[in-house]
Amino acid sequence: MAVLIARRIGIAVLTLLLVSAAVFSITSILPGDAAQAALGQSATPEMVAALRAQMGLDQPAYLRYLHWLGGLLTGNPGQSLANNTPVADLISMRLPKSLLLAGTAAAVSVPVALTIGILTAMYRGSRLDRLLSLATLGMIAVPEFLVATVAVLIFAVKLHWLSALSYVPETPGIGPFVRAYAMPVLTLSFVIIAQMARMTRAAVVDQLSQPYVEMAILKGASPARIVLRHALPNAAGPIVNAVALSLSYLLGGAIIVETIFNYPGIASLMVDAVTNRDMPLLQACAMIFCCAYLILVLLADVFAIVSSPKLRRR
Amino acid sequence: MTTPVASPSADRAPAQEGIAHRAGFWRRWPRRLSLSGLVGVVLVAFWLLVAFVGPLFAPHGVGAIVADDSFAPMSGQFPLGSDYLGRDVLSRILYGARYTIGLALAAALLASTAGTALGLFATVSGRWIDESLSRLLDAVTCIPSKVFALVMVAGFGSSVPLLIFTAALSYLPGAYRIARSLAVNLNVMEYVEVARARGEGRVYIACYELLPNMIHPMLADFGLRFVFVVLLLSGLSFLGLGVQPPAADLGSLVRENISGLPDGSPAVMMPALAIATLTIGVNLVIDSLPGRARRLTRGALR
Repeated sequence: MAVLIARRIGIAVLTLLLVSAAVFSITSILPGDAAQAALGQSATPEMVAALRAQMGLDQPAYLRYLHWLGGLLTGNPGQSLANNTPVADLISMRLPKSLLLAGTAAAVSVPVALTIGILTAMYRGSRLDRLLSLATLGMIAVPEFLVATVAVLIFAVKLHWLSALSYVPETPGIGPFVRAYAMPVLTLSFVIIAQMARMTRAAVVDQLSQPYVEMAILKGASPARIVLRHALPNAAGPIVNAVALSLSYLLGGAIIVETIFNYPGIASLMVDAVTNRDMPLLQACAMIFCCAYLILVLLADVFAIVSSPKLRRR
Repeated sequence: MTTPVASPSADRAPAQEGIAHRAGFWRRWPRRLSLSGLVGVVLVAFWLLVAFVGPLFAPHGVGAIVADDSFAPMSGQFPLGSDYLGRDVLSRILYGARYTIGLALAAALLASTAGTALGLFATVSGRWIDESLSRLLDAVTCIPSKVFALVMVAGFGSSVPLLIFTAALSYLPGAYRIARSLAVNLNVMEYVEVARARGEGRVYIACYELLPNMIHPMLADFGLRFVFVVLLLSGLSFLGLGVQPPAADLGSLVRENISGLPDGSPAVMMPALAIATLTIGVNLVIDSLPGRARRLTRGALR
């Protein structure tokens, strides 16, 4: 088991290296350059050349890549070009906020999605199942900004419960927290609930077609017992996989949601970095997103190994 | 056809079987269509029609400022109201849909064809090529598609060819994975073994034995890729990083009119609803397909 897990971790680290090379080369292939950008149009070629040398931009690409990678690993991914602050400072300010948002969305969506998924699997073929399946099918295909705009329209414009499109700085307490987070969390949860519920249903239905479930039915076990006691433990691996994959979708969804609600998280920081062509900041943000994705997938893999007796004994 | 045992008719049997199966499918499918499937077909047909001939029916020019006030409500003169500059929202949507659907069709077609081709290539090539190709594409998967798109736009600037390329590259690994798993399963079937024993080359096996029997699920997968690309590109346009003005796709329309949201203006809601009806329509059609293809929407992750 330890060997299997170690191999997965090794693959993840290797993938991350590959990704970092890809991100670095995409963002530095064009000569559009930081020194020129920092000095502006009026700079003489000599001044630009001097700054390039000072910033290390005159070195060959692979050296710059290694330097950048070393910086990332030691927690110093460089200076942000836009406001000349260390990238690490900007990120450490924003990252906790994003994690809070994603964590809240996960805490809301996982229980809801698992309930829907297991219910529809238990009563598969019933009217409830068909209705919920259609609903989740539609929900998957809805763009986040539609969910966000409808939420704003209902809760802010019509009902006046929440303030529209503006992030309220936190004051301690449950009430203000709910008011500030309700709409972003709702929007983020919307799509992943649908995805997770569909994948959970598929995993449980898959188990319910196995011979051992037929045996349980013949034994006279109740439907609830069959699903909860027999099928669910066996479906745990695929379900955790579904949860991890859906949660990884939070990363992409956050980009739209943080922007639309002016939420000061890491995703809106990244969008700003793109608009300002602030490459060091952009590279660091992109790597954080890829890291988060790989960690989620890795956790799902490890869980699958630990929860499966066949793999565990190896 | 060098081996004497293989008569021409036996030679073609698998491919013919595939065609017969397909013909039967097209006859049977509409009759078994559920209500939701029918709704899907109608929605998709409507939007394809709009993409091709929609601008002909636009009551006003795409950039013409025709209303006296911005964010006018729906009226007889402006069926979907006016936008932030006083342009006709209906006309803007009819033109914008062409961008959204055209770009998505191009990117999804690219992703599906390349994915299928690579999947077939990996299946009929040796284990070494298969392994390394799969690993490489796995690495692409672990960059979330929106993050990848942001990096590409930052690196190269936003342009229509770049958007198509980026979207196609993001969703290629998914198409590859499905094509490969289908092809690997077919590859061990007896009729493929027979073809191999007959001395057929890899290209023949990939194109005439494997491809005809996996074209169905791949078409359904193409629909799914299309939905993903529509959502990715309109999301990018919504951030102001996709289709650049003066051109506007449906996502750009939502962005430029977002200031009308506090008044509940149709100029914000209508383009967003247009995207949703398009993507939901495609999903409903895929879900109404019988058998294996249908299962795609269950585990689908955008």
